[in-house]
Amino acid sequence: MSISSLPAEGTAHASAPPVTVHEERQRQSRLSLAMVSPSVAVLLIWMAVPLAMTIYFSLIRYNLLYPGDNDFVGLENYYFFLTDEGFTAGMTNTLLLVCSVLLISVVVGVLIAVLVDTSFWGRGIVRVLLISPFFIMPTVSALVWKNLLLHPVSGVFAAVWRFFGAEPIDWFATYPMEAIILIVSWQWVPFAVLLLMTAMQSLDQEQKDAARLDGAGPVAIFWHITLPHLARPIAVVVMIETIFLLSIFAEIFTTTGGGPGYETTNLAYLIYSQALLQFDVGLASAGGLVAVLLANIAAFILIRMIGKNLTDKG
Amino acid sequence: MLTLKQGRQLQTVLLGTLAWLVALTIFFPIFWMILTSFKTEIDAFATPPQLFFTPTLENYLHIDARSDYFHFAWNSVVVSFGSTLLGMLLAVPAAYSMAFFETKRTKSTLLWMLSTKMLPPVGVLVPIYLIFKDFGLLDTKFGLVLIYTLINLPIMVWMVYTYFKEIPKDILEAARLDGATALQEIYRVLLPISKGGLASTVLLSLILSWNEAFWSLNLTASSAAPLTALVASYSSPEGLFWAKLSAVSTLACAPILIFGWLSQKQLVRGLSFGAVK
Repeated sequence: MSISSLPAEGTAHASAPPVTVHEERQRQSRLSLAMVSPSVAVLLIWMAVPLAMTIYFSLIRYNLLYPGDNDFVGLENYYFFLTDEGFTAGMTNTLLLVCSVLLISVVVGVLIAVLVDTSFWGRGIVRVLLISPFFIMPTVSALVWKNLLLHPVSGVFAAVWRFFGAEPIDWFATYPMEAIILIVSWQWVPFAVLLLMTAMQSLDQEQKDAARLDGAGPVAIFWHITLPHLARPIAVVVMIETIFLLSIFAEIFTTTGGGPGYETTNLAYLIYSQALLQFDVGLASAGGLVAVLLANIAAFILIRMIGKNLTDKG
Repeated sequence: MLTLKQGRQLQTVLLGTLAWLVALTIFFPIFWMILTSFKTEIDAFATPPQLFFTPTLENYLHIDARSDYFHFAWNSVVVSFGSTLLGMLLAVPAAYSMAFFETKRTKSTLLWMLSTKMLPPVGVLVPIYLIFKDFGLLDTKFGLVLIYTLINLPIMVWMVYTYFKEIPKDILEAARLDGATALQEIYRVLLPISKGGLASTVLLSLILSWNEAFWSLNLTASSAAPLTALVASYSSPEGLFWAKLSAVSTLACAPILIFGWLSQKQLVRGLSFGAVK
C-alpha cells in the first residue's frame, strides 16, 4: 500500500482549483459511464442488429432455393417451427443434455476435487492430466471419441467389451444420446474440477481438524464442512456450463448429425439443419428466435437462482 | 494390527493410487490420439487396438505435404491473441467502472451482459453471415477477431469485475488523494495488484478462442481459416484415415495444450469467478 506518499496530499490539493464534492461526483459518474459504454455498446449492437434482422427474416418467406420469393407470411414460420416434430425432440434433448452434463460434472467434479485435495505422490501431474480435456477442441474430442474410442469394430471400448466376452456396442446407433452426454461430460468435468480444486485450497483446515477431534467422520466432514464451502463455486460451474451447454453444436455435428431420426437433435442443431441443410432461412430464423426466447427464460431462472448471489459480494 | 500412523500412510497410498487411476482414465483419450498419430493407417484400424507398434512419422509428413500447417496455426495465434487483447481493452475499464463506481444499474448491466452469451450462435448465423459479406469481413482474421471479442467479452468483464471487487477501496482512495487520475489508478495500482486474476482471464479467453469451432467454420474458407478448420478439412472427406486425422488433431491441440499445462498453476489459482471468499 502506498501510504508512504500520503503527506504529499496537502500540496497536491492546494495547487488544484477547488472542486466541490458534487462536481467531483458528477465527474466520476461521467467517467465511469464513459468506461462502461464501449462494452455495453458493442454488446448491444451485437445483440440488436442480428436480432432485428432475424425477426424480419422470420416474418417473410425466405428460402435460398427459391430466390426472389420473399413474401410477407406473418407467423407462418413460427407455426411450422413449433409444430415440427423436431421441435419437441429438440427441446427435450437440449434439456436432457444440459441437465445430465451439469449433474455429472458437478458430482464427479466435487468427488475428484476432494480426492485430489489429499496429498500424494505426483499430485501436480495428476492435476495437469485431469484438466487436459478442457484444452482440447470440441471437434477434435468428438472425432477422437467417435473414431478411436467408441467405434464398434476397432474402437478401444469394443476391445474392452470383447475382452470381457461381451458383444461390442454400436454406441451412436444404440445409445446415441448417452454417447453424446459422455463426450460432452468428458470435456466439461475438467472445468468443474479446475474451479472446485481452487475452492478446496481455501477450505479452512483448522475447522476440519476441530471437527475431526470432535469425532466427526470423513462423511460428516464432507457433508457439513466441505460441501457448504463449495456451494458458491458449484453455482458458478452451473452458471458457466449452462451458458456453453445450451448451444452445444460441434459434438453433435461431428458425431451423429442429430440422428438417428431426431434422437440427438438439440435446438441449436435443429435450427442449423433448417438453415443450412434445408436452406429455409425464414423457418430457421423463427427457430432462432424461439431459441433466443428460451435461452432468455433459462438465463432469467439461472440469474434469479444464483446470479444475484454471485454479484452480491460485500 | 496397524498403528494409527501406518493406517494414515496406507490411506494416503490408496487415495493417491485412486487419484492416479482417475487422472489416467480421463487423460486416456488424448494419450490414445497422440499414440494413433504415430501409427500406420493399417495399425490404426487394427482389431484389437494396438498398444505396441512400430512408430512412424508418415502421417505428419503427409500433412506437411498436403496443407500448410503453419498458415492455419498462425491464423489461430493471431485471432486468439487479437481478440483477447481487444477484449481486455474493453473489459478492464468496464469492470473498473462497475467495481468501483457502482450504480443502481451495475448489477443488471452485468447480468444482461452474461445473458447475451446465452444466445445460441446458430440463431443469428444468417444475419451475421450477410453482414460479414456486406462489409467484406468474410474469411478475414479481423472478422473472426471481432466475433471472438464479442462472444468472450461478457465472461471477461465478469471475471475482471470479480477480481477488482476483491481489492480494498482504501488503496484506490489513497492513490486518488495523491492526485492520480483514473488511468494512472488503473495502470499503477489496479493492474499490478490484480495481475494474477487478469492473467487467468487472458488464459481463459485464449483457450476459448483457440477452440471455437462454430463461427470459424462458418465464416472462414481458406485465407483466415484457423486450426479448427484444418481439423474439419481432414474429418469429412477422409473420415477413414484415422492416423492422419489423429496427427492433424495432435498438431492442432498441441500448442494450446502445452500452453495450458505451463500456465496450469496460474489458471487454477485465478479461475474463481469470485466464488471463493
